[in-house]
Amino acid sequence: MKPRDITQLAEAIKSASVPFELIGAGTKRTLGRPVNATPLDLSAFNKIIDYEPEELIFECGAATKLTDIQKLLKKHGQMLAFEPPDFSQLLGSEHAGSIGGALMCNASGPRRLKAGAARDHILGVAGVNGSGEIIKAGARVVKNVTGYDVPRLLAGSYGTLMALTSVIFKVLPAPETEETLHVKCKDLPQAVALMALALQTSAEVSAAAFVPRQGFYLRLEGIAASVAYRREMVVKAITIKSELLPEVQSRLLWAGLRDAAALWKHQRKAIWRVSLPPTDAPRFLASLGDVDYFCDWAGGLVWLAVEPQRDVRKHLKHGHAMVFRANPATRETLEVFQPQPAGLRALSSRVKLAFDPKGLFNPGRMYKGI
Amino acid sequence: MLRMPEPDHSVLARRSEIAAALRRIVPHEAVIDSAIQMRPYESDGLTAYKQMPMLVVLPQTTAQVSEILNYAHANTIKVVPRGAGTSLSGGALPLEDGILLGLAKFNRVIDIDFANRCVVVQPGVTNLAITKAVEHEGFSYAPDPSSQIACTIGGNVAENSGGVHCLKYGLTTNNILGLEMVLITGEVIRLGGKHLDAEGYDLLGVMTGSEGLLGIVTEVTVRIIKKPETARAVLIGFPTSVAAGQCVADVISAGIIPAGMEMMDKPAIHAAEAFVNAGYPLDVEALLIVELDGPQVEVDDLLTRVEKIARANRAKTLRVSMGEDERLLFWAGRKAAFPAVGRISPDYMCMDGTIPRKRLPEVLAGIARFSKKHDLAVANVFHAGDGNLHPLILFDANKEGELARAEEFGADILRLCVKVGGVLTGEHGVGVEKRDLMSTMFNEADMEQQLRIKCAFDSKNLLNPGKVFPTLHACAEQGRLIVRGGNLPHPHLPRF
Repeated sequence: MKPRDITQLAEAIKSASVPFELIGAGTKRTLGRPVNATPLDLSAFNKIIDYEPEELIFECGAATKLTDIQKLLKKHGQMLAFEPPDFSQLLGSEHAGSIGGALMCNASGPRRLKAGAARDHILGVAGVNGSGEIIKAGARVVKNVTGYDVPRLLAGSYGTLMALTSVIFKVLPAPETEETLHVKCKDLPQAVALMALALQTSAEVSAAAFVPRQGFYLRLEGIAASVAYRREMVVKAITIKSELLPEVQSRLLWAGLRDAAALWKHQRKAIWRVSLPPTDAPRFLASLGDVDYFCDWAGGLVWLAVEPQRDVRKHLKHGHAMVFRANPATRETLEVFQPQPAGLRALSSRVKLAFDPKGLFNPGRMYKGI
Repeated sequence: MLRMPEPDHSVLARRSEIAAALRRIVPHEAVIDSAIQMRPYESDGLTAYKQMPMLVVLPQTTAQVSEILNYAHANTIKVVPRGAGTSLSGGALPLEDGILLGLAKFNRVIDIDFANRCVVVQPGVTNLAITKAVEHEGFSYAPDPSSQIACTIGGNVAENSGGVHCLKYGLTTNNILGLEMVLITGEVIRLGGKHLDAEGYDLLGVMTGSEGLLGIVTEVTVRIIKKPETARAVLIGFPTSVAAGQCVADVISAGIIPAGMEMMDKPAIHAAEAFVNAGYPLDVEALLIVELDGPQVEVDDLLTRVEKIARANRAKTLRVSMGEDERLLFWAGRKAAFPAVGRISPDYMCMDGTIPRKRLPEVLAGIARFSKKHDLAVANVFHAGDGNLHPLILFDANKEGELARAEEFGADILRLCVKVGGVLTGEHGVGVEKRDLMSTMFNEADMEQQLRIKCAFDSKNLLNPGKVFPTLHACAEQGRLIVRGGNLPHPHLPRF
């Protein structure tokens, strides 16, 4: 089924007798628990509706390709500051996906540290709830506390709450220049300690990642004179020798880290994405033994490749772990998203029902029944 | 006059029994039931509205909050949470038959973690106290509402508070990592923590700005940042507010996100200058304060760019702060704008709409028109960078009919904000103040959707009812919500 406009979509949902798998660009269908439902194709909602560079906002159809948006923003020296990744290689899909998809999985890249995730940039949404009602929330302004923050609630909801048709996002000026400091250090504990020191300066480090056998990387962005000055601040704080990667190399490096390129080579293994307090990363990884991994967010994000049936959660004290890529059997048997305590789980179920009382949207994609 | 939910007389009749029950949960003196001692709680920062609560309770632990809420839920008693009571929208206005639950005793900083750049605090800690707890290491908590000396972090979460620096550093919602909260049933829920992004739904996001309707926050984990090395402010005077507005747009278009960018109109400039002697120019129609921060080289570079843009927009005066004292003095005038206006008028009402920046000239013209229509003066201060407008309507509550006229004036302004694509409230919250205007922004389906979120958290409508939404909502049993085909359900429900 492929509705042409929001009225048709609302009709389709109102008269639905079977659940739907909601599909925008269709590049992230393997994220989450397997869904067995009738495809509902939302790709018709793919137009840029309005872009106002001087207001730092744009509005577009939810299925608009990220690459189209980024091309347009680039012309005006602006960007999506949350650095949405391109997981097409990792997930075996055609392209980086749509803006709606980026919101639905609360996408973020290395700049998450400083600039936040999709949740921090969404301003407004429109779509259809599970009762077939057309709903809008948020507005075309950056500061708004009128009613509950529904747009943010939809961030990371994996299409289980609403069929999204359009979004309003905040954008930011793209930095004039960037560079990266590369520090060869002995191991993760040392790297996490030194990255923490760099982040405790006012150098506004915009990304910090550790790659085993390479060391760690710190990115600086902004106007050239300021970047040079802040580089000295960081060098002073970390005290050990560093090497400078110029702009072009810096861009390539962070695109690779953003897209988890280091793990593309694993065809058979399960890929995990783990968010935890940065200083917990060394202990967590030590307890896992010999695994292929790298850390972003100064240690706060760990990407792992492990044997398909292995559950890394028992080693995790704080934070949450997601099975990011695995065969359907693994995604069926291991919970894809971090299991929640009973009270939180029940609350999540009630929130699901508040939007989708008949359980029509992506049934079971996040948790059983959600 | 403001209508609140009808008091439940069966609850009022059990007042002393309820007080006794609460005293079994908290120490005797933590339940306040004498009129004279409850008086300080009868209103919040929106002093136009007053209501004595049935009882005040001041718990000190999460377990106590849980027991109190569990008791209230089992006995169908309404609960109104309160932090420091600085809300400007009446979010903490008591209910006649409700327990006012004050969180003032939750005043401890629990954990300071510089390595993970976060702090764990109890909700009664003031916004400024968080910064005070970490500034010896050069850190701060970024959101800085003007009331930061008094307002609590729990209240900031409830209102998603901003401040003059949120243009660059974000609102409360962008600066908190985790919460512990208690649902009306007494269940304790933890969301997020010291890591980024919570698993599952972004309930942290929906809790922030929920105005005490969804749960009571008992612990908050906030992000802290290292303070920038330098900050300088520049005062720029313009012959018209249109020119000032254009300057704001041009600064943003040039790729500059200042740490703060504030505008004041002539009446606000004069009131503030008379109060603080900040050195504001008095012969201009609009004044911009633009603050740039970062390393010295960056600040110098950006100052040059901003100056050039200001000159191109016919700036009449331009003064850069020389030294930290002067920078603080520039801000002192702006931050004291509300009390300054309070000196020139017996009463004032502060509005809080947000508009797309480019619609500023027409909105200012509209406000001037309404000022004539209602025969009341107005002074405008404006978080220009993010389009958040604070018109201060001057009136005298002792004069017959002036309060009503001021309220109508305010409603006219907010309706205009919505008409140009803006919203009713940018940072002060809906509370009771803008409750009855919600339908200018949301249609019935939008509002019903929001009310169903409320049901997911509080199906008996006991937490802060009568705030934010102009109607109450009967919650269907979970999973058996009836699709209503666009008809207004439950016509018997009170509308206020």
